[in-house]
Amino acid sequence: MKKILKANISRRKLMKGIASVGSIVAMPGFVSYSQAANSSPIKIGFQVHRTGIGAAYGRWYDRTTQAAVKIINDSGGINGRPLEIIAEDDGTDPKRGAEALEKFANQHDCDVAFGTLFSHVVIGSAPRAGELKLPYFVVSEGHHVASGMLNRYTLQPGITDVKSQVQAMAPFVKDNLGKKVTMVYPDFAFGHDHRDYFSAAFESQGGQIIAKVPIPPTESSFSKYFPKIPRDTEVLYHVMVGPAVLTFVKELGEFYGSKGPKLFGFIDSVEAVDLSTPGLEFLDGSYFWEGNPRYAQANQTDHDKFYRNAVGVDSNGASVSDPKDVSTYAHMFGCWETLHIIKKGMEESGYSGIKDRAKLIEAVESMTSMPLSQAHPQGAKIFNGKTHQTFGHQYITKMTNGKLVLAHTTSIEDTFYPDEVDYTKQSF
Amino acid sequence: MDLGPYLLFASLEGLVHAAVLSLIALGLSLVFGVMRIVNVAHGEFFMLGAILTWWVSNFVMGNPALGFLLALLIVPLVVGIIAMFSDLLILRHLKYDPEVTIIATIGILYIIQQFALMTFGPDARPVEQPFNIRLDLFWFGFSAYKFFVIFSAIILLFCVWLVMAKTKFGLILRATQLDSEIAQAFGIPISTVYSLVFGVGAAIAAVGAVLIVPIQQAHYLMGGEPLLLAFIVVIIGGLGSLKGTVVAAMLIGISDGIISVFFSPNLAKILATLLVVVVLLIRPNGLFRTIRT
Repeated sequence: MKKILKANISRRKLMKGIASVGSIVAMPGFVSYSQAANSSPIKIGFQVHRTGIGAAYGRWYDRTTQAAVKIINDSGGINGRPLEIIAEDDGTDPKRGAEALEKFANQHDCDVAFGTLFSHVVIGSAPRAGELKLPYFVVSEGHHVASGMLNRYTLQPGITDVKSQVQAMAPFVKDNLGKKVTMVYPDFAFGHDHRDYFSAAFESQGGQIIAKVPIPPTESSFSKYFPKIPRDTEVLYHVMVGPAVLTFVKELGEFYGSKGPKLFGFIDSVEAVDLSTPGLEFLDGSYFWEGNPRYAQANQTDHDKFYRNAVGVDSNGASVSDPKDVSTYAHMFGCWETLHIIKKGMEESGYSGIKDRAKLIEAVESMTSMPLSQAHPQGAKIFNGKTHQTFGHQYITKMTNGKLVLAHTTSIEDTFYPDEVDYTKQSF
Repeated sequence: MDLGPYLLFASLEGLVHAAVLSLIALGLSLVFGVMRIVNVAHGEFFMLGAILTWWVSNFVMGNPALGFLLALLIVPLVVGIIAMFSDLLILRHLKYDPEVTIIATIGILYIIQQFALMTFGPDARPVEQPFNIRLDLFWFGFSAYKFFVIFSAIILLFCVWLVMAKTKFGLILRATQLDSEIAQAFGIPISTVYSLVFGVGAAIAAVGAVLIVPIQQAHYLMGGEPLLLAFIVVIIGGLGSLKGTVVAAMLIGISDGIISVFFSPNLAKILATLLVVVVLLIRPNGLFRTIRT
């Protein structure tokens, strides 16, 4: 045995060492992506509510996301690169949300983060996204993005916010239902948006908010709150979230029967709830705000048909494989539209990697009109690049014989409010 | 709403709450009284009862009352057996050392909770009430089923009292509770009694779950709040005293109902917890002390 280099390495050992290192290097995946930039996937960190109070929404956000990714990848991906979703459960918890973003940025090398719904999680996570310089596309409805509370890295281009929604609802409620309103809402950021902005909009129309009843979103029994609703209430405005919304609506029906005030609800109170559940008959004749009408309407567009088919939802808004599994139809379209916007932004900015994140944000900020299309099946949108918030049509439906039938569609202009921030003036 | 109807509504809601709470707390009190251990996983047995009720009622087609009755018979039995096994496999081997048992039952809590999450999922799922009758009490509507819950709880509490006071099994339990060493000297198989009591305690909580789940929904996190309230009830009522548990449950349940309706539910919980402090300062063994410490 001949010794090499005066060290105790025999030639045989050296040959073995070179062979093993060589075979490792030759294995697929070891060669760094900088040499194979054109085919490496674009990684999107999906912050999803798999558990916790947002679990029902998380399940449908996931299905819609997977459907959108499939459509995008089947048509060539983004700049020829496939889209890859890396999902982390945030437990609908703000602290875990921030930790999930850290994992996306530091462990998974994601290009962007996306998908959060619940407002308290967005508010808890967005500052971290700003620190990590990670573009954070939320699908939340909270007014916090447009209020200026967050940062230039956080955008909400795929779903409208509460302030714009309630503003468009106020005239309809006053003209069709009544002047004296009691509001029942969940006691956290999203609910506070309803409380503050609907009150302002309704009172400026000449209406009156006679009582406000906040309920914790983790509550499981609701009857004890109902005696707080004054007897002279003409319209009960209700929006509720969390796993117990069905209990909320059933107990409301038990308390009032057919003798209660007129109801105007946000579909959130019955998202993912089967409207044929016994105890919900009292909802017949009442009105709902719907972000996107759950039941296929008489004027259904081809884009809505295509979207339903892709996600696996039937004309009643339920899963095609289980009619009892009702979707969160009014919210989940935001995931589909946001992913298409990310694609467009990356293509327009020539996004090639993480160093182009600022260019991606600038490209999205310059977007304005988004017409009704396969990418935007909910309807046309107008995006405000300065406030990072999109504006769209809002729908009011009426419960008729167990189904929700379209009663009114607002214009996009009905939903505008003055800008409160200009993120484009902030530095990256 | 005027004061009279308001008070009536609050009391009724409070009674429903008290009914279920008394069942859950009774199970906890029994386990503590006989075995002298704190079962932190008690709320999870309650949650298991709710989940299994959903499973049974989903399995049975047709009239929801059938599913409900079947659940009432099967679910407490199954939960009791699961509890007995956790005693046989885990707690017995720790020789019921108080501190170690607390840690062990915390572990059992997480195992049961996460197992429920993995199998049942994170959503809340409703169970249909066995009958859907709404009573119009003029100022407000009230579910007839809620009256059924109150009624059933009273019957069950009476049955437990009957067993404890009039049967040989109850005699054995009371003897073991009084002095386990002497009881052992009299030939009572203590370890078997312990397992049975652990099972029975969980089973009683499970009955509470079967009753409440058609009103609320089954959710994998629903064990936390009842556990807290059950502890408050057991401490106030006196560890080991069944009479004290029932009285304290009534007190907490009805005051929670009244304070929740007139003020806010958060205030009700704050006051309940403060009450524990007051009771512990004045009568450290609870209102109806029976344990000689």
